[in-house]
Amino acid sequence: MNAQYVLGLGDDCLISSHRLAEWSGRAPGLEEDVALANIALDQLGQARMLLQHAGSLLGQTEDELAYLRGEREFRNVQLAELPNGDFGHTIARLLCFSSYQVALYSGLAAGPDPALAAIAGKAVKEVRYHRDYASQWTRRLGDGTAESHRRMAAGLAAVWPYTYELFEDRHAEPVPGLTRAGWLSDVGAVLTAATLEVPADDGWHPTGGRDGLHTEALGYLLAEMQHLHRAHPGATW
Amino acid sequence: MNRPQQQFDDLIAADERIEPRDWMPEGYRRTLIRQMAQHAHSEIIGMQPEANWITRAPSLRRKAILIAKVQDEAGHGLYLYAAAETLGVRREDLLDALHTGRQRYSSIFNYPTLTWADVGAIGWLVDGAAIVNQVPICRSSYGPYARAMVRICKEESFHQRQGFELLHTLAHGTPEQHAMAQDAVDRWWWPSLMMFGPPDAESTHGEQSMAWKIKRHSNDELRQRFVDMTVPQASALGLSLPDPSLRFEAGHWVYGEIDWDEFAQVLAGNGPCNRQRLEHRRAAHDDGAWVREAADAYAAKHEAAA
Amino acid sequence: MLWEVFVRPRRGLSHTHAGSLHAADAELALRNARDLYTRRSEGVSIWVVPSSEITASSPDDKGEFFDPAADKVYRHPTFYEVPEGVEHL
Repeated sequence: MNAQYVLGLGDDCLISSHRLAEWSGRAPGLEEDVALANIALDQLGQARMLLQHAGSLLGQTEDELAYLRGEREFRNVQLAELPNGDFGHTIARLLCFSSYQVALYSGLAAGPDPALAAIAGKAVKEVRYHRDYASQWTRRLGDGTAESHRRMAAGLAAVWPYTYELFEDRHAEPVPGLTRAGWLSDVGAVLTAATLEVPADDGWHPTGGRDGLHTEALGYLLAEMQHLHRAHPGATW
Repeated sequence: MNRPQQQFDDLIAADERIEPRDWMPEGYRRTLIRQMAQHAHSEIIGMQPEANWITRAPSLRRKAILIAKVQDEAGHGLYLYAAAETLGVRREDLLDALHTGRQRYSSIFNYPTLTWADVGAIGWLVDGAAIVNQVPICRSSYGPYARAMVRICKEESFHQRQGFELLHTLAHGTPEQHAMAQDAVDRWWWPSLMMFGPPDAESTHGEQSMAWKIKRHSNDELRQRFVDMTVPQASALGLSLPDPSLRFEAGHWVYGEIDWDEFAQVLAGNGPCNRQRLEHRRAAHDDGAWVREAADAYAAKHEAAA
Repeated sequence: MLWEVFVRPRRGLSHTHAGSLHAADAELALRNARDLYTRRSEGVSIWVVPSSEITASSPDDKGEFFDPAADKVYRHPTFYEVPEGVEHL
């Protein structure tokens, strides 16, 4: 399997986990603080397995890959790096991302690369729960108060353009079962139950993450994530 | 003496647990609510100094450990609020008391985490001190408090160890890392000793709490236990403790004078981070209000429909 | 709203009370319970019950409720004498 492809999947998890972990100590309630940390930990675990796998192909460690690459070398989709915004934004991003990951890992678990299939087989159970969690909250925010409906719709509108990139597969063989149509039907069902509209396609489909082209937000995220590690070259932590 | 009071006294004397629906003296109930709430507040305010380093953790392994640890603290706060709720108070009201400054949290969390090594020093010293404080509470006379503490102590056993391991790695790393570790220990040592509260002679709640078996040991007793435990660990780390008068005498480590003025200042709200910690907490709570309202509104709608 | 959480630690054991938590409804309560009380693999099944739905005996009933059971030792197998050497009984 193409190392850059695995690296991209690992970066998706690493960056998304980083964003979710930014909620630590700030969530709307203690129960949500615990829940978001759980999801961040699942994603970080997936990131480590994927980066270790990519690293074994590239001759690098997980930490070298996480801490010593620059913005242009990260291969994650832009959706993963979008700033948290409010809880509605975060839930919208998580719903879109985890629904994609469920289809992705289901396909990879039955795929030809045994190492990747093993990782995906373990991870698919985790991301199913993430999707369930995001769906539950999408319903409550969409069908809660007028304000929560407005905020959830705004979050969804903000992340929606970034979901097109999820289904470009210029860097690998297509994954069976991973299609925008399938994803749209999953996510659409959740949105309908939540009294939310599927956002209209206005033609803007930002892309380039898999080629190392990112939003400006990623640079700040990496600056924060990497500065300590980079300040002590060669040190052990 | 009336019958319920007699039954209560008998249970305490027999070292039995008091349970939520038992009759209890008003003072016992008030003391417990105050102590459990303060303990819960400490857990959730205590998330902040460590969460401060989650986004900068220097390896993925350390990052996972730190997220899990801060998450545990949210969980522990939650267990303790729940234990307090068995006495008929509501979590909302306790949080309100925290946010308006009517109830306190442990002063230790008003110190800043300035470097990565502070995460290690908190684990080793602050969690170490907390464990010494908490283990006896697992036998508190109030059942829900004792049970919450058993769970917390079990989960917390990894907290101190990860801090020690973190510092050990730094202390045996590059000269810069060693200096970072030493600096953190220098800053956290004295505040950790203050965590056990004022000297016994000046402690206001101590005696009655001991009689009710809410508390099992005096402040000074626990402080000494912590010092005796910790001094040998410092040498294993290869780090020094910032107390030139530290010496071994008659089976115990004798420590120098604690700066109780500093303690009083931090307690009065004038520590380096008091305002920032409360502000952060209030902001998180206020920012989340619309989410909690949405969940309630959804539940009401769908319960009506069901 | 306050919920009581019961966790089955593994197959073959009963659900036991693990603690309580806040949630606006049952679905969220179940998920919160999963994240809070089984994050170290402490369980294979969870019940959540609104705290207000639990009817409890009162400690004052102790006499009437529980003392009468205390003198019925014949309900316990150790009440009976069995000759030495008899097995599987």
